[in-house]
Amino acid sequence: MPAVKKRPPREWLSRLLDSLLPVFATLAALFIGAVMLLFLRVNPLEAYKALWDGAFGSSNAIAETLVKATPLLLVALGICISFRGDVINIGGEGQMIVGAILATWVGLTFTTLPGWLVITFAMLAGFLGGALWGGIPGFLKAYFNVNEILSTVMMNAIAVQLMNYLLRGPMIDPAQAELASKIPQTAPLLDVFRLPRLVPTRLHLGALIAVILAILVYILLWRTTLGYRIRAVGQNPHAARYAGIQVQRYMVLALLLSGAFSGLAGATQVYGVNYRMITDGSASGFTGSAGFNGIVAALFGQLHPIWSIPASVLFGALLVGANKMQRMVQVPSALVIALNGLVVVFVVSSEIWRRRRQRQRLAAADHEEEEPPRAETGRAEAGA
Amino acid sequence: MISDLFSVTVLIGILASGIRLATPYLYAAIGETFSQKSGVLNLGVEGQMLLGAFAAFYVSLNTGSLWLGLLTAMLVGALMGLAMAYVTVNLQAQQGISGIGFYLFGLGMSDLLFQRLMGTVETVRGFPKIYIPFLSDIPGIGEIFFSQNILVYGAYLLVPLAWFVLNKTTLGLKIRAVGENPDAADSLGVNVGRIRYFTIILGGTLSGIAGASLSIALLNVFQQNMTSGQGFIAVALVYFGAWRPAGVLGGALLFSMVNSLQLWMQVKSVPIPSDIAVMLPYVLTILVLVATVSKVRAPSALTKPFEREN
Repeated sequence: MPAVKKRPPREWLSRLLDSLLPVFATLAALFIGAVMLLFLRVNPLEAYKALWDGAFGSSNAIAETLVKATPLLLVALGICISFRGDVINIGGEGQMIVGAILATWVGLTFTTLPGWLVITFAMLAGFLGGALWGGIPGFLKAYFNVNEILSTVMMNAIAVQLMNYLLRGPMIDPAQAELASKIPQTAPLLDVFRLPRLVPTRLHLGALIAVILAILVYILLWRTTLGYRIRAVGQNPHAARYAGIQVQRYMVLALLLSGAFSGLAGATQVYGVNYRMITDGSASGFTGSAGFNGIVAALFGQLHPIWSIPASVLFGALLVGANKMQRMVQVPSALVIALNGLVVVFVVSSEIWRRRRQRQRLAAADHEEEEPPRAETGRAEAGA
Repeated sequence: MISDLFSVTVLIGILASGIRLATPYLYAAIGETFSQKSGVLNLGVEGQMLLGAFAAFYVSLNTGSLWLGLLTAMLVGALMGLAMAYVTVNLQAQQGISGIGFYLFGLGMSDLLFQRLMGTVETVRGFPKIYIPFLSDIPGIGEIFFSQNILVYGAYLLVPLAWFVLNKTTLGLKIRAVGENPDAADSLGVNVGRIRYFTIILGGTLSGIAGASLSIALLNVFQQNMTSGQGFIAVALVYFGAWRPAGVLGGALLFSMVNSLQLWMQVKSVPIPSDIAVMLPYVLTILVLVATVSKVRAPSALTKPFEREN
């Protein structure tokens, strides 16, 4: 029987292939991108070289890449938590916005407090704002069975309108309110409230915070009861219920925590990059689509907080490099958004091979204990 | 200002534009109804709409033929659907996430092509109004319902058609069976994969038309990200309408009427912030989902890949 062929000696190869799947997916996307570039009569090598230079060509470029990677990583950490709990959070955009609104409010209100205190409060406010915006869909899913994909998408739209309303009305910069043009933006934060910069570039403390949080999320998911329960609910809610876990509570928690990290991402954008909130009427005008691209990064990092770090840097690099590519070879940076989309599609599509190999491994392990080869194994072989 | 709202001409204008603005929601959401009825959540509608909108606009602009533009949009939507179907049926990818991938692809691709091939915002003369003889002469009603362009009429005709196909034909029975119990359908000889291919491609085609209706029938321009979330709303409308075409119609009208009112408020600079008005249908959708979800059941196999048991 063919099942006999799958033996432990090749298991490491099978696992290596699994962990390389996202890399293959990206290469495939870049290859399709190259074909698209050829159609646009652009030399793909030149374009990709400009992209690389733009992302890593100088210390400033590297700093920009890391600045772009910061919100991606924070969102991705939240995605790791929620997707591990089998809760799909598409609401990163809205959670970022609400987190940013609350954080901005803190900075504009408590102007007499010392900088470090306000920054701390603001980051907490961002965390809470995101938690609120993620917690609502979580609650609705757990207790009213409302599909979280839909409710988080709705919450995104609501957050955008909330932002537009506040920035045009109650929170508008008093200087703008007197002008006829009325740019919808808040007053700038005081200089002492800015997140400190790490080196003489635009790289700010938020990047360091994000990396530390990545380690904490790893500990949370694999070293605490809370994380264990979230994952247990994600893997098999029925079994989790039998084991005495209150499934609903952990669903809410998974989305709430997920939202909190996105909210923090929003807060770091205000305190580390823009120093005020400004809207062009759309969500991506503020978030730069980090709420979506963070999902891409998390998937690429195989929903592992530590692997999400390099993944976020990669996608930050793509976004920053795309601007240089636009200047050098006149390829619109939108190409990178399209490629990100392809990476997502390829990564989730390639999961099937991972599942098949997992089954083969299980079957191979089974085979050593019991004699009759299982029908499943033969089928997986035939399909692969 | 606000009292203007109650003058007949203004009210007629708002209602007529509300009827018109429901068009993209209807095409996209009816398409999504088909795919969800067969057990597939297509979250890439927004991307399909954007590419459809661009294709329709670009082809119309360059050939002068709106019909050719519409056809291209349908083709592009169908191709996106085909890709989605392969990923969903053959590769059994998680639908919620692959849909986001297709959305990002459509978002980036339509923007890329727009910047590369056109660069500046241009306008076309879209599908003209067709005045239905006699009916369009009825005061008020005529302007609201019977003085619209062909794509608007098409969208409303699609609703009863979809109901008929889903509930009164063998094909509809197969679609519903595949969405409720694919194993049983399979054992009765229904080709689950083929049905899902059909519904996803149909959904893509209709999303393409939805995009085209924006760019060559309603707004008559193409801009980056011009759908601004309407594709996502279309997906929500299917839940909102409890997987029934008539329910979808109700939801679409709710969104489009509020939109139309909000546009009018912006023009008139009514002191009520229009942002809050725009927010209301989303809040309402969530509330409706909360209220109905315990009573209405989604297709049992929704988002579940089908794999044949040996």
